[in-house]
Amino acid sequence: MLEISVIGLGLVLMLADLFVPAERRRFIGYAAIAALGVLLVTSLSGNGSCGQFGTAFGGMFVNDSLSLFFKQLFIVAAILVLFMAAEFSDKLAAGSVAEYYSLIVFALAGMLFAASANDFTMLFVSIELITITFYVLVSFQRSKLASLEAGVKYLILGALSSSFMVFGIALIWGTTGELNFTKLANFLYQNPDVATSQIFLLGVLLVLVGLGFKIAAFPFQIWAPDVYQGAPTPTTAFLAIGSKAAGFVLLLRVLFTAVPSVTAHWANLLIVISAITILYGNLCAIPQRNIKRLLGYSSIAHAGYLLLGVAALSASGQSALMYYLAGYVFTVMAAFFVITLVIRHLATEDISGLAGLNQRSPLLAATLTIAMVSLAGIPPLAGFFGKFLLFKAVIEAAQTTHNHGYYCLAFTALIGVIISLYYYFGVIRAIYWSKDPEDLSPIELSAPAKLSIWVCLAGMFWIGVFPNTVLTMTNLAAAALGK
Amino acid sequence: MSILTYIAGWPLLAALALVVVPRNYRVIIRAIAVLATFISAVLAIKMFCGYNCATPDADGYRFVQQIPWVESLGISYHVGVDGLNVGLILMGAIVAFAAALCSFEIQSREKEFYILLLVMTGGILGAFASLDLFFFYFLHELALVPTFIMIGVWGRGEKKNYATFQITLYLSIGALIALIGLIALYLQCGANTFDIPKIIRYVHDENHPLALTVQNFIFPLLLFGFGILVSLWPFHSWAPLGYGVAPSPTAMLHAGVLKKFGLYGLIRIALPLLPQAAQSWAHFLALLCVGNILYVGWVAMRQKDLNLLIGNSSVAHMGFIFLGIASLNLIGVTGAVLIMIAHGFLAALTFALSGYIYKQTGTLEISALGGLCRKLPFIGTALLMAAMAGCGLPGFANFVGEATVFFGAWKMFPAITIIALWGALVIGGIYMTRAIRNVLHGPLPEKWNSLADANLWRKLPYALLIVSLLIFGFVPKLLTEKINPDAQKIVAMATGNVIAASETSAPAVNFVAQNK
Repeated sequence: MLEISVIGLGLVLMLADLFVPAERRRFIGYAAIAALGVLLVTSLSGNGSCGQFGTAFGGMFVNDSLSLFFKQLFIVAAILVLFMAAEFSDKLAAGSVAEYYSLIVFALAGMLFAASANDFTMLFVSIELITITFYVLVSFQRSKLASLEAGVKYLILGALSSSFMVFGIALIWGTTGELNFTKLANFLYQNPDVATSQIFLLGVLLVLVGLGFKIAAFPFQIWAPDVYQGAPTPTTAFLAIGSKAAGFVLLLRVLFTAVPSVTAHWANLLIVISAITILYGNLCAIPQRNIKRLLGYSSIAHAGYLLLGVAALSASGQSALMYYLAGYVFTVMAAFFVITLVIRHLATEDISGLAGLNQRSPLLAATLTIAMVSLAGIPPLAGFFGKFLLFKAVIEAAQTTHNHGYYCLAFTALIGVIISLYYYFGVIRAIYWSKDPEDLSPIELSAPAKLSIWVCLAGMFWIGVFPNTVLTMTNLAAAALGK
Repeated sequence: MSILTYIAGWPLLAALALVVVPRNYRVIIRAIAVLATFISAVLAIKMFCGYNCATPDADGYRFVQQIPWVESLGISYHVGVDGLNVGLILMGAIVAFAAALCSFEIQSREKEFYILLLVMTGGILGAFASLDLFFFYFLHELALVPTFIMIGVWGRGEKKNYATFQITLYLSIGALIALIGLIALYLQCGANTFDIPKIIRYVHDENHPLALTVQNFIFPLLLFGFGILVSLWPFHSWAPLGYGVAPSPTAMLHAGVLKKFGLYGLIRIALPLLPQAAQSWAHFLALLCVGNILYVGWVAMRQKDLNLLIGNSSVAHMGFIFLGIASLNLIGVTGAVLIMIAHGFLAALTFALSGYIYKQTGTLEISALGGLCRKLPFIGTALLMAAMAGCGLPGFANFVGEATVFFGAWKMFPAITIIALWGALVIGGIYMTRAIRNVLHGPLPEKWNSLADANLWRKLPYALLIVSLLIFGFVPKLLTEKINPDAQKIVAMATGNVIAASETSAPAVNFVAQNK
């Protein structure tokens, strides 16, 4: 099974730490990448256990096209993060690099479990596996105060949201006696009075609070900018994609598999949350000068865009959400990769540090520009087609349900997109058109770093210009959810 | 492969090629850009000349090419021309070539500038050729974003940042409102395709007309979305300021070509698909035109800066096109398309000339200039001709278009037509002649004694644009014979009575055409 191999890989990495001499630790990372690459290929070709659809462990664990899509997404993200970590390794405390790799792999295992979770126990375990590894990953630069501070913040808020979630799960269990998503849906179908009981609804709401924390949706977004800023850059990247995507897959499962009858009544709640998240993220991003903090706020805004797909309550909305996530992986990875490489040797993470980048390394400058343009949603890049699908899903929902809230949501999202143009272009302007700094030394790129940057670039263009393949996958995945 | 793919494809390909050319090879960079736009212009002329011989497909489009792209959504790469866009593509390609020639005024970061210019050219030519709603929007957006960057980086004057900010905000909002309208249209018509001919056939032939409430909801989205892109009064304030600070090649391409996208979208998409809403909104649109023609005309009279004057006059000209569209009859729509083409050449010409004067003198304050005709005989004469074309003097393509629009609009809105006529002839005449007098004639200030007229190579773009204006001014039949049949189809779909339109209006247009 995929998950077992990943956990095994994590353990092997930890053990390898004992036997591999310190100066060759970088290769542990490449070995891990190679191993994950093999797993990715087997999962894509459909020969591995992922390809066999069905349930296991009494229905706790499900393999379907939805879990397959997200697992591939997580593995791609983890591979890119490992590349990034290998570049970042000289900033980590000596001797702990292999630990860092293995923690990333463990977090990946948690995400893979999340993709297959079909039970509230499984949901909780996978969330905890992700969150707890991230506590360590966030505070990994032990000598850096900001990193420790970020770790503590993440720990406190993460623990708080976990406790809400456990409480919610307990309430659901108490009122219905079911933990399995499929069985719960059946139970609610047969006992509609339970579905409207206050205690049960409170339970569902508390679970959503916990998931809202993972995806950094309003009003559970407070931690995101601080943690994004303080954490080591590869961790931030993994947090922005892996952790967020895991939150979304669980959200999809809970809302559309476990409690579809409740979700149908909560359209307005989701619309409001999505709208506020978009506005909050975009408005707060405007004055930011720290590039990682800026991306932290932008990631809140993107959580809002992704919630558009959830709020639409339709298969096309879910498909659009997954499509957007697929494009988002490559875009955000490209951005953080450049940030890792550029500010590796700088004391500051200020946007002005990017000045003169186009002379120091044209490739990195172009990559960051394209990533920003894609985040802003401009053709022909991944972000445009994703936003197009999301808008389409929301307007479709407005027309089928005659709920005018959807039109308001579409216009709010539109305003958000326009605001975001301002700060994304601010980054581009800093790269190309700020006053030349004194330091114009070229930035050396290692071969693996170049390779992964080209992969990200290819991904952004491929998903933006040839949407067919990914769209087929996301449509299948959304269909699996609707069953 | 259709010739249209090459027309839009060469500039994009050249933009890609420029990415790998080192930035020090300035001559090569410039040569590639000029060559690529030249090839597109030649191909566009070839396409225009071969238009009558090409065989139309079932929907009446020629040079058609279709490649499926996203089958599950019904998106395909589908290009083709009919009478409505054949002239626009020709105009766009010629203006793009002229803009590339005029780009010598850019002295810093040439590589980036030419890449953006080529992306803009390829995007807008592709958008005009596109018969698929998705690509129609996608390629326009591809052309729009470089505009902002070019104004923000290579713009001139103190108000640069403010103007960039304003134009970005206005045009992004306009484009996104139009996007929402287009998506709503796609979803509501239920044909599950983005293919424009298929949607039109589905709505008309197979009788799935959109409900009136739906039409009345979508039409304003398209009208105001596209309207903002075309500087429809009262959403026009970005235009004069934006053009005032823009580098002249950008202003040429945007005011000349890109801006026509919204008008083209209204004619191509909104009129045939939302006929009842178009009829009920036509009066309102006609009233807004008065704002464009009269109000902005007055504003233009008060301008002290040559570029702001040209920008305002260009906004005022949009009013005539809107009036032609609002009249919803064959003559009006034909006239609207004619002005779109004529104004494209004219706007490009005036902005190119003002760019030359700015380059030479460093100012566009009308009061600081004077007597320039003595030092710059060629540029001065060209500016005079442009001004005359702008006030609608017979002999230039603009006259044909404006006269046709007035003929068409008279039936529907006599009062507004009178106001518009007055605005065109009197107000336009006043500000144009006043500008000419102050800039070209009178005493020559001492400091301008060192000015040099354009050399032969520099004269080429201006000559090209003037010749185009004159050709279509003297032989408007080249355009009207192509526009007429397709405008008639659009009008028939927009008004719902096929016979009446064809019998009454066709002779009138011929009459107009023969009298020029």
